[in-house]
Amino acid sequence: MPEATAPLPALDPGNIPFWTGGGRGELLICRCGSCRRWLHPPVPVCRFCLSTEVTPKPSSGRGRVLTYTINRQAWLPSLPPPYVIAVIGLDDDPDLRVTSRLVDVEPEGVSIGMRVRVRFEEAGDVWLPLFTPEWDHR
Amino acid sequence: MSEPSTGAVISGIGQSDVGRRLGRSGLSLTVQAVLGALADAGLGRTDIDGLSTWPGGSGPAPGFSGVGVWDVKDALGLDLEWFSGGSETAGQLGAIVNAVAVVRAGLATHVLCFRTVWESTAQTAARRASVIGTGGGRVEGAHQWMVPFGAVSATNWAGLLATRHFYEFGTTREQVAGLATTLRANAALNPKAVLRDPISVEDYLDARMISEPLCLFDCDIPVDGSTAVIVSAADAAGDFAATPVSIEAMGSALHGRPYWDQCADLTSMAAHDASDALWRNTTLTASDVDIAQLYDGFSILTLIWLEALGLCGKGEAGPFVAGGSRIALTGELPLNTGGGQLSAGRLHGFGHLHEACVQLRGTGSDRQVPGNPEVAVVAAGGGYLGGALLLTQHR
Repeated sequence: MPEATAPLPALDPGNIPFWTGGGRGELLICRCGSCRRWLHPPVPVCRFCLSTEVTPKPSSGRGRVLTYTINRQAWLPSLPPPYVIAVIGLDDDPDLRVTSRLVDVEPEGVSIGMRVRVRFEEAGDVWLPLFTPEWDHR
Repeated sequence: MSEPSTGAVISGIGQSDVGRRLGRSGLSLTVQAVLGALADAGLGRTDIDGLSTWPGGSGPAPGFSGVGVWDVKDALGLDLEWFSGGSETAGQLGAIVNAVAVVRAGLATHVLCFRTVWESTAQTAARRASVIGTGGGRVEGAHQWMVPFGAVSATNWAGLLATRHFYEFGTTREQVAGLATTLRANAALNPKAVLRDPISVEDYLDARMISEPLCLFDCDIPVDGSTAVIVSAADAAGDFAATPVSIEAMGSALHGRPYWDQCADLTSMAAHDASDALWRNTTLTASDVDIAQLYDGFSILTLIWLEALGLCGKGEAGPFVAGGSRIALTGELPLNTGGGQLSAGRLHGFGHLHEACVQLRGTGSDRQVPGNPEVAVVAAGGGYLGGALLLTQHR
């Protein structure tokens, strides 16, 4: 089992789809079956319409960098700096965002608005949804 | 003004020694601060019937708390009618908001409020102050959406806001340097400040990066120290030894989502909700503010508080602090007059509250703002934590 680069989430019934869907190549995000909005972090109720018909669904895994920070400080021996942390707005919903780490890119090459897509990394019993530049975007 | 609109005053303030690696327990520091506040107010321990603290007896990182209501109640032999300690409040000042509400409800008359940190002593090579998850084990709750990606420090979370602020408004490091250098100059006049040697704009620009665009001098410094204030019913004010400070208004609203990365506007925080509520709760306005004590766990948080409170326009905090002349002790809006957390040390919001009281009482000594400041705004918190107080001289 690959070692974790950073402390891992404690799995619980609510978060297992998000943290393990990567094993099947899916970025599973909660979606409201009534008003169709996407909801993250995972919740059992829709904050827009209060429907409890909320289930994890595969998202596009594609989006855009809304903001980022290049971490230069060595906090964790297993994750040497520099590395880039970014807030990504996913294409599926105007209010759907995840924070993640960008990989396969030089830190200096990152910019707000950059197109990215998910790339899963196995760590312990979870699959981390990391993001990589979508170089082939049109 | 005769009586504050909240019906409550701060009747006494106390602060322990503040420093790096003092080697004392959190409780020892707290007792020093509390005894100081009691003496300042001229109250005895039997007068205290309420106890309020943030974040309670446990925290996510070493030395972040370690002192809760049970420890202090027992150590001082307090007979309490009401008590509360916890972190799920409108930021660190939520402990004050709770105390005022309780006084107003008549549950207690004199509520002792405290915030203690001993991060400098508690941290070790393996467990750093304010770094989440380095003690081993899994992360739960909101931290799980940040920490597994290496966003283990609030510096990372604040860095995300800073990048967006720079991008949207053209804010620059040269501008922000005005904040760091001014606060250091204020700290030089504060004997309790831990960083008192002046820094120049060049020093700031040359400082090593922590999480871009935040450098070392954009981050506050962990210390050991405790601050205590006593929130009392205003109609008990005749009894006090010191001149009380009036709590004119409070802002504790939270309308946006409770995450660093999920605010609709990535250059806004809970600060905006709390600030809007503050001004709804008073007839005073931002133009009445004489001094500001605004949370500076990271420089960007202070910039965002300035904008949230309407002390400058949205997106204009960079130019506002640039050069430091507006925010200096002699400027139009003296800011973080004791050096703030960036230079005096991370007393986690309560240091700002203490400093506001000192200034309104006119006891700031070398760092006293000239012209008899009468209205102070105090704000604490970043991300989904935010609370604000408007304090005035009591008459």
